[in-house]
Amino acid sequence: MAARRRDAALGLSLRLAWRNIWRQKRRTWLTALAMIFSNVLLVFMIALQFGSYEMMINNSLRLFIGQAQVQRAGYHDEQKMRLSIPDVADLAASIRRELPSLSAAARANAFVLLSSKDRSFATRIVGVEPAHEPGLSTIPGLVTEGRYLDDPTAAEIVIGSVMARNLKVATGDELTFLGSGRDGSFAAGVVTVAGIFNSGSADLDRSLAEVPLAYFQDAFTMAGAGHEIALSAGALDDVPAALEVLSTMLNEHQGLVVLDWNALMPGLKQAIQADMSSGWFMYGVLIILVAFSVLNTQLMSVLERTREFGVIMALGIKPRRLALLVLFETFLMAALGLLIGVLLGAAITGYFSTAGFAYPGMEDLGAKFNLPSVVYPSMDLFAILLGPSVVFVFCLLAAIYPALKLYGLKPVEAMGAV
Amino acid sequence: MSAIICTDLCKYYQQGDSVIKGLDHVNLEIAAGSFICLSGPSGSGKTTLLNAIGGLDRLDSGQISINGERVDLLGKAALADLRLHSIGFVFQAYNLIPVLSARENVEFVMQVQGVSATKRRQRSMKILQEVGLEGMEDRRPAQLSGGQQQRVAVARAIVSQPKLVLADEPTANLDSKSMEKLMTHFRELNQVHQVTFMIATHDQRVMNWAERRIYMVDGQVTRDEMQDP
Repeated sequence: MAARRRDAALGLSLRLAWRNIWRQKRRTWLTALAMIFSNVLLVFMIALQFGSYEMMINNSLRLFIGQAQVQRAGYHDEQKMRLSIPDVADLAASIRRELPSLSAAARANAFVLLSSKDRSFATRIVGVEPAHEPGLSTIPGLVTEGRYLDDPTAAEIVIGSVMARNLKVATGDELTFLGSGRDGSFAAGVVTVAGIFNSGSADLDRSLAEVPLAYFQDAFTMAGAGHEIALSAGALDDVPAALEVLSTMLNEHQGLVVLDWNALMPGLKQAIQADMSSGWFMYGVLIILVAFSVLNTQLMSVLERTREFGVIMALGIKPRRLALLVLFETFLMAALGLLIGVLLGAAITGYFSTAGFAYPGMEDLGAKFNLPSVVYPSMDLFAILLGPSVVFVFCLLAAIYPALKLYGLKPVEAMGAV
Repeated sequence: MSAIICTDLCKYYQQGDSVIKGLDHVNLEIAAGSFICLSGPSGSGKTTLLNAIGGLDRLDSGQISINGERVDLLGKAALADLRLHSIGFVFQAYNLIPVLSARENVEFVMQVQGVSATKRRQRSMKILQEVGLEGMEDRRPAQLSGGQQQRVAVARAIVSQPKLVLADEPTANLDSKSMEKLMTHFRELNQVHQVTFMIATHDQRVMNWAERRIYMVDGQVTRDEMQDP
């Protein structure tokens, strides 16, 4: 009997709520439109934001670092020459063979004094595999003068545009480097500038120089060793699964570790989180405005129905049930806004997730720095439902005050209200 | 046995500098199954007395017992339960729920009581037929005349056969024929089911139906007399 009473009362409350919200059609639609507008905006903006982050991560990693790296344990924290991977090119080749979904390229690093005829600068020099580096890094495609490395043993170097300007060199000029080899011996060489790249990152353009790996190993007495194997799985989402397989494969190579992009570039995630916080501040303002619109509508609706609520109370309905009625009304209105907003927002996001969305001037930047010219909003359920769900919850919270007002209502006074 | 016992009821309203006496030391005993009319000029305290007995309004002092239960001591929730299960109200203004049809208005209380849909439907259709609203069950209040709305309000009050019906000017908007029909129905409920009726009215024709008449002036009972209806 109690359950039947509860079900019947619930059904009655829902029916009353649905009819009540259509008593003032224009006001209901205006409030629902505010919800729909904010939901569409939130769905699209959050999806675009997530898409931008994905692009930002991919671009940052694609530039040079790679989505993951195999290193000797401890090398990432302290880049010592002797913390190396023996036969690094062979290991990279075996990774490519065993895990065809992964791109892998061996590298070796050293810090040198690089000198031109007029100037000298301390910089990092990286030995790379010219045949495999383009699969990992966008640097080969960003060479604006000359060409990228092609001969694995040639005494050639590719440097950034800022470094070229600082050293006052052009393609075809010679540079000498001076450093120390893995065994502590004196390492020096003369290399010809084969190409100059412009990555768009002043830091990278100032401090990165690449030479062929075999030449590097010879000059720095590496005896076939290197310091890292850069890896890429294509899509960022595929990285964890690929790394799991790779970790098993590397079990036999003691002392080697696999670091993902988050470990390699912790600052990137922090930058994303900082940007996300400022984004959420703006979304928060929008959500609060919508919540106030709901509060206003429901408060007005409660005030103009005071007499009716008095009658209902006089018939024996408890204030709790009336409060529930107001919450149901808000729930239905918010659900309407959520449904239409999510459908519209998803349709717009879906369109741009295939066609791409370009900010003004983005195409020029993309062409200049070898980056995508459009952003693809992230069409995943979380990105689509996150904003509207928060709006929904805040709308329900906004209805609590009007609902609570009913608790203080006295039937006789309420029935006397105009 | 007395169904309702009112002891020294007082309710005063402040209006500017003056005090209005809604109820001024009212004492009444009403037996179960009574059929009573309250009469008196406007502002004499009839509605205030009905509201106090129905637990719609709090007293300044005094005690009210319904079937031995102290109404003046009950909390909000208990009063709501009392009204839901034991008391039927007919208000001066029809006070129907505008978004519900005539039938849904009549079924409203029964639905909250948990009466099954089939029983609700049977009872509401029967009572609407009895008050002369057959064929108008699906009309909303705005589509009914004042008299028709009042009949829906009456039907809503008596459909679940409460032990006590408190009616404030129930015939105010009814023609003579409808009034006769309604009063006959009230009397039948009273005699067959022992439902107690307290009706506040100015209408002499309604007063003639009562077995007991209570006159009020300035919040006091000035006359309390039995009569043959």
